[in-house]
Amino acid sequence: MAEPVPFRGGGFQPRARRLVAVATLAVLVAGWSLASRAGWVSPIALPPPEEVATALVRLARSGELARHLAASLSRLVSGFALGAGAGVVVGLAIGLVSLARSAGMPVIAALFPIPKIALLPLFVVWFGIGEASKVATIAFGAFFPMAVATYGGVDGVDRTLIRMAQSFGLPTLSIVRKVVLPGALPAMLSGTRIAAAIAIILIVAAEMIGANEGIGAFILAAGNLMQTDQLVAGVVVLSVLGLTVSGLIGAAESVLLRWRR
Amino acid sequence: MRLVAERIGHGYGALDVLSDISFSVADGEIVAVVGPSGCGKSTLLRILGGLERPRAGRALIEGTAPPGSLNPITFVFQDFALLPWRTVAGNVALVLEDRPLAAAERREMVAGALARMGLADFADAYPKQLSGGMRQRVGLARALVVRPAVLLMDEPLSALDAQTRELLMDDLTGLLAAERFAGVYVTHNLGEAVRLARRILVMSRRPGRVRSVVEIARPIAGRSAGDAELAAAAQAIWESLREEAVAADRELADG
Repeated sequence: MAEPVPFRGGGFQPRARRLVAVATLAVLVAGWSLASRAGWVSPIALPPPEEVATALVRLARSGELARHLAASLSRLVSGFALGAGAGVVVGLAIGLVSLARSAGMPVIAALFPIPKIALLPLFVVWFGIGEASKVATIAFGAFFPMAVATYGGVDGVDRTLIRMAQSFGLPTLSIVRKVVLPGALPAMLSGTRIAAAIAIILIVAAEMIGANEGIGAFILAAGNLMQTDQLVAGVVVLSVLGLTVSGLIGAAESVLLRWRR
Repeated sequence: MRLVAERIGHGYGALDVLSDISFSVADGEIVAVVGPSGCGKSTLLRILGGLERPRAGRALIEGTAPPGSLNPITFVFQDFALLPWRTVAGNVALVLEDRPLAAAERREMVAGALARMGLADFADAYPKQLSGGMRQRVGLARALVVRPAVLLMDEPLSALDAQTRELLMDDLTGLLAAERFAGVYVTHNLGEAVRLARRILVMSRRPGRVRSVVEIARPIAGRSAGDAELAAAAQAIWESLREEAVAADRELADG
């Protein structure tokens, strides 16, 4: 008597299906809408999605959205560029030079765990209440994950590739540019993701503490006036902002890391 | 130009790896280095190529490199050491980019080296897309393009399967016979050693010393895979190496 060998393999290979993703979001929004209309949730606690959408359209038409978004984005871009740029430079130095490594590692270990928003009051004392203190907070927040990711990436570069480059007489600068940097790039791009997420958190927090313009300030003001439709509209804008940033980094990855596929 | 190892000794911490190694590689001569695993063969090669400083002794270059040689002492690596983010042509071009060459001349040299290794159709492929054998052909093309005087080959065929190794061996013998490069060929495969080398240094286990030197006078071009004389030579080397290999096999890693 013959029996088939019982199948024991398979599974553990989850796949993301686009349709399910879209349907899930649609069901969530529909459930939210239903809950509001049926009166299960008070419209003051959570306005229905239609009202949030109307509020968003109104904000977009009046130019208020653009004004706040522009303020947040300019802080975000300048702070992130400063912090991440410095992080790459310092990370490279730590990854390549013994002196920088010995000096930099303990400093990073000591400063990385500080919630950077706690430093905003100090930065206000140093740089004043204006833009500089907020930009500095974001830069500081983006610096550490970028520096850590960069030196981690440099450490991870295959040493035989570096020895190969040396054995063909490549100058040090060329080795850094053509072997070390491309080798560290995947780690640096995942560092960029983390740094960008931290930068968005910090910009909102900083704007809630001390700003008249910006998405964070807008959300806080809406909350103080119990305008929950505007408040939720602001939160939706943040979600879209996060998605956009993550999409941009994803696009950069697929272009820059084409060789990995 | 001659490459000379002069009483080279080396170690890591308290561990002695190499002890008192002396030999020389004359123009156009291939010297194979065989020995049990862990006897410091690869370390010796890195010292000869200036990638590592020996604790004792030194590696010397006697005479001048042939004119036109861009990188007189050139490595071929066991794991190919190709940049995965560069195409085949890009990997070969890498080693010319910092040399004072006109762009057109550089392109011509790259194309020439690729053609020489049968890679002309693969110039735009990435290493990941290639078989192991093709990857090592890229490694050889990269070594050729800098017009070496001495090739330092660190188990160049060990990462390949048996059939591919046979094919690459034919390419390599053809290349070495035609170009008259000198070379040091480190391997644990005695068959490869007797196919390629004029002299074979048999090393003892750690700390590696030269145990014996076997000479094979016949020109490389006439040697083939199933040759009885070569098989006998390999067998003789194995007899002398067997005890060392057994002892090396039983050694504790942190010994």
